[in-house]
Amino acid sequence: MARLLEKLIPHPFLSVLLIIVWCLLTNAVHLANVLLAVFLGIVIPLITAPYWRDRPRPLNVIKLVGYIFIAIWDIMVSNLVVTWLILTRPSDKLRSHWLVIPLDIKRPETIAILAGTITLTPGTVSADLSDDGSYLLVHAIDSADPRADAQEIKDRYERRLKEIFE
Amino acid sequence: MIDTLLQFAAVTCLAIGAFFTLVGAIGLLKFDTPMKRLHAPTMVSTLGVGAFLVASIIDSFATGSGSLREILIMAFLFVTAPISANFIAKVHMHRADCNRPPRPGSRIWATYDTDEADQPAEEAA
Amino acid sequence: MITSATLIAASVVSLSLFLCLIRLLRGPSMGDRVLALDTMTVNAIALIILLGIYGGTHLYFEGALLFAMLGFVSTVAFARFILRGDLIE
Repeated sequence: MARLLEKLIPHPFLSVLLIIVWCLLTNAVHLANVLLAVFLGIVIPLITAPYWRDRPRPLNVIKLVGYIFIAIWDIMVSNLVVTWLILTRPSDKLRSHWLVIPLDIKRPETIAILAGTITLTPGTVSADLSDDGSYLLVHAIDSADPRADAQEIKDRYERRLKEIFE
Repeated sequence: MIDTLLQFAAVTCLAIGAFFTLVGAIGLLKFDTPMKRLHAPTMVSTLGVGAFLVASIIDSFATGSGSLREILIMAFLFVTAPISANFIAKVHMHRADCNRPPRPGSRIWATYDTDEADQPAEEAA
Repeated sequence: MITSATLIAASVVSLSLFLCLIRLLRGPSMGDRVLALDTMTVNAIALIILLGIYGGTHLYFEGALLFAMLGFVSTVAFARFILRGDLIE
């Protein structure tokens, strides 16, 4: 039974996401619509399964929710900081630097999430990855101490992502 | 009473969104180097449009026909904004519009790795 | 109240669209123009949403979603064209 379920729903997260997106897109939650959503949520992952090379590993959902809240809070705070910088600081007084962050995380999905979080936080933009994927290049608009800021990104985001995904 | 509160919340969200959109555009116009300019629009797409969408959701509930579809646009923008910013940063590096970043240890950055042009360049967006 | 707030917000967004247009015309680098175009797309999405609130209709939602998708794809296509000089390899 469990094997059958596993065969039928290879990517539970993708299925749930598809159901939610379908319900939001059609903007109607009644029986027929939800049944169609469930049908799509089962069929689409089955059809696209060859494109997903490895199965999703179990991940720590509680910590993931915590991470999302931390990220949203940081986005709000640094939005205000960057607003202040844009409105008051002339651009030659900005100490913009490249930050080079050595990565402990190895999986491409995790690195993509880290880079996305860094870019969504105003004030830092992730620019590039080294050719072997072991360093992340980040540009900071105003950084008094590039080393300390790189370390803070490592401590604040990368450590948590490592706990969640690896 | 509830109606007034909802309207007040929607108007506040509209004000926040308009403010951050304008600040993002000012930042885009004001700064002097391409990499500094790249920082301004990230806040337009996060807080600016995000606040407008929240206002739209609140307004749709205030007028009776509640809908949460705006969350989809928000999620889409949140997922794609980092990818486009990353591509534009790569363009700046590729065309040498910014000062050259320090080397990562003994390796090189993927954008400068032009010898193996047939390899997929973007592992993480 | 919400109607006038929407109008004010729309004029502010139009102003920032105009500022982005100045950056688009001035450049100076290619990446700046792509960035300005990307920001203009996001601002246009904001305008469409405001129009939807103003008219009290959900009909503009699909337009905003399509604009978001097209804007993203065109930004990536522009950037990729500059990076590789070729879109389809």
